Amino acid sequence: MYAFELERPKTLDAAKAALAGDEAQALGGGQTLIPTLKARLASPAKLVSLAAVEGMSGVKAEGDQLVIGGATTHAIVAAEAALTYPGLADLASHIGDPAVRNRGTIGGSLANNDPSACYPAAVLASGATIVTDRRQIAADAFFDGMFTTVLDEGEIITEVRFPVPQAGAYAKFVQPASRFALTGVFVARFSEGVRVAVTGASEEGVFRWTEAETALSGNFAPEAVDGLSVSPDGMIGDLHGTPAYRANLVKVMTKRAVAAAS
Amino acid sequence: MSNVTMKVNGKPVSGDVEGRTLLVDFLRGPLGLTGTHVGCDTSQCGACVVHVNGEAVKACAMFALEAEGAEVRTIEGMAEADGSLGTIQAAFQEHHGLQCGFCTPGMVMSAAALLKDNPKPSEAEIREYLEGNICRCTGYHNIVKAILAASGQDVPAIAAE
Ligand SMILES: Cc1cc2nc3c(=O)[nH]c(=O)nc-3n(C[C@H](O)[C@H](O)[C@H](O)COP(=O)(O)OP(=O)(O)OC[C@H]3O[C@@H](n4cnc5c(N)ncnc54)[C@H](O)[C@@H]3O)c2cc1C
Ligand code: FES
Ligand code: FES
Repeated sequence: MYAFELERPKTLDAAKAALAGDEAQALGGGQTLIPTLKARLASPAKLVSLAAVEGMSGVKAEGDQLVIGGATTHAIVAAEAALTYPGLADLASHIGDPAVRNRGTIGGSLANNDPSACYPAAVLASGATIVTDRRQIAADAFFDGMFTTVLDEGEIITEVRFPVPQAGAYAKFVQPASRFALTGVFVARFSEGVRVAVTGASEEGVFRWTEAETALSGNFAPEAVDGLSVSPDGMIGDLHGTPAYRANLVKVMTKRAVAAAS
Repeated sequence: MSNVTMKVNGKPVSGDVEGRTLLVDFLRGPLGLTGTHVGCDTSQCGACVVHVNGEAVKACAMFALEAEGAEVRTIEGMAEADGSLGTIQAAFQEHHGLQCGFCTPGMVMSAAALLKDNPKPSEAEIREYLEGNICRCTGYHNIVKAILAASGQDVPAIAAE
């Protein structure tokens, strides 16, 4: 690692001020950023830890929404969202391993937008809103391709607001070495219709499978997607699976997610 | 350099560290607590697991400064007051839960974190909890047996497949 200063502000205003300078970067749980620093793929002059910022960690219900602070760890979401949004808590409880879940945060996961990460699927399928220190961003407008989001330099995810669906579940085909999703699908059924978001499959990162959404909005059952097929064009191909393998997994995991949700 | 103060195994400690100093390097270097191992340094293996405020974390993936004011527990804090092995450690010895021993500190700390939340875990729960702890020697069966025994449960014959 190159040398840097580490600051631990206690308020959002202090965090914003600390991040305003050039070459300052937010530190969430460090579960992605610390390995990146070790590999010298990033060289910030200053890291601003969000862990101690007041009011940025926790899970609360507000009306029909579940509001999760940007610095909330996966372990806290797994424990505290279990009654209000079981599908989301289940997703959080299967990220990585217990030590990763005790440090890694929802804000860090979304800002990083790893094409195989779990949370982006939940956020997109739920139609959640990402709240930052300067604006509110709809999930449909937030993700911008692999490892890219619309966040500006120094912008802080302060909370994520999830509309709670009537039924919602995540099915993940685990890549056993990394424990990320080889392909994962989150389905969420609302009175207005069903949303289906896929992670781990596309070279563009997380995406909505709209044909399945239409089919499942008519009939929320695994067999509703039987007649559909997913094109392997643009799917990730690597030593873990070919594009065609992943395209098939999209359908298989969608069926499993629907079965788990219904 | 900044000063950091924390409690390690019940004892107040402090020292000067850089922003980039990892918790594991602070423990193993200035504090001389070399029981916590670095197996991979890439967050994969779990050899470096310690408890920070009661929670299992990978000490290679946390900065020392982030543990300011925290209660840290390492493998050195797992023995009884008289120096004899703690319950989980003794069960690892009894059930041959280690061979080279490199992964063992992390295994014991993860097992302790599991038993704190779930005092009577099933075999499947133990295996799932140890997802982030890699052992290249034992094949895991004896580790699982040791944790079942440490939790006061019967130890079934888990055969190698
Ligand atoms: C062994 C292992 C297994 C894993 N398995 C999975 C898995 O199965 N599924 C999965 O989804 N993930 C997995 N992860 C990744 C894990 O969930 C990370 O915690 C997460 O991707 C990053 O979150 P973090 O809080 O650690 O962020 P950090 O590593 O601290 O930061 C990541 C990026 O986000 C930025 N950032 C952090 N917080 C904020 C914020 N509030 N606002 C704006 N920007 C911010 C940082 O500047 C940095 O660019 C795994 C990681 C490891 C090490
Ligand atoms: S040394 Fe920390 S996880 Fe391997
Ligand atoms: S005993 Fe050798 S790595 Fe586990």
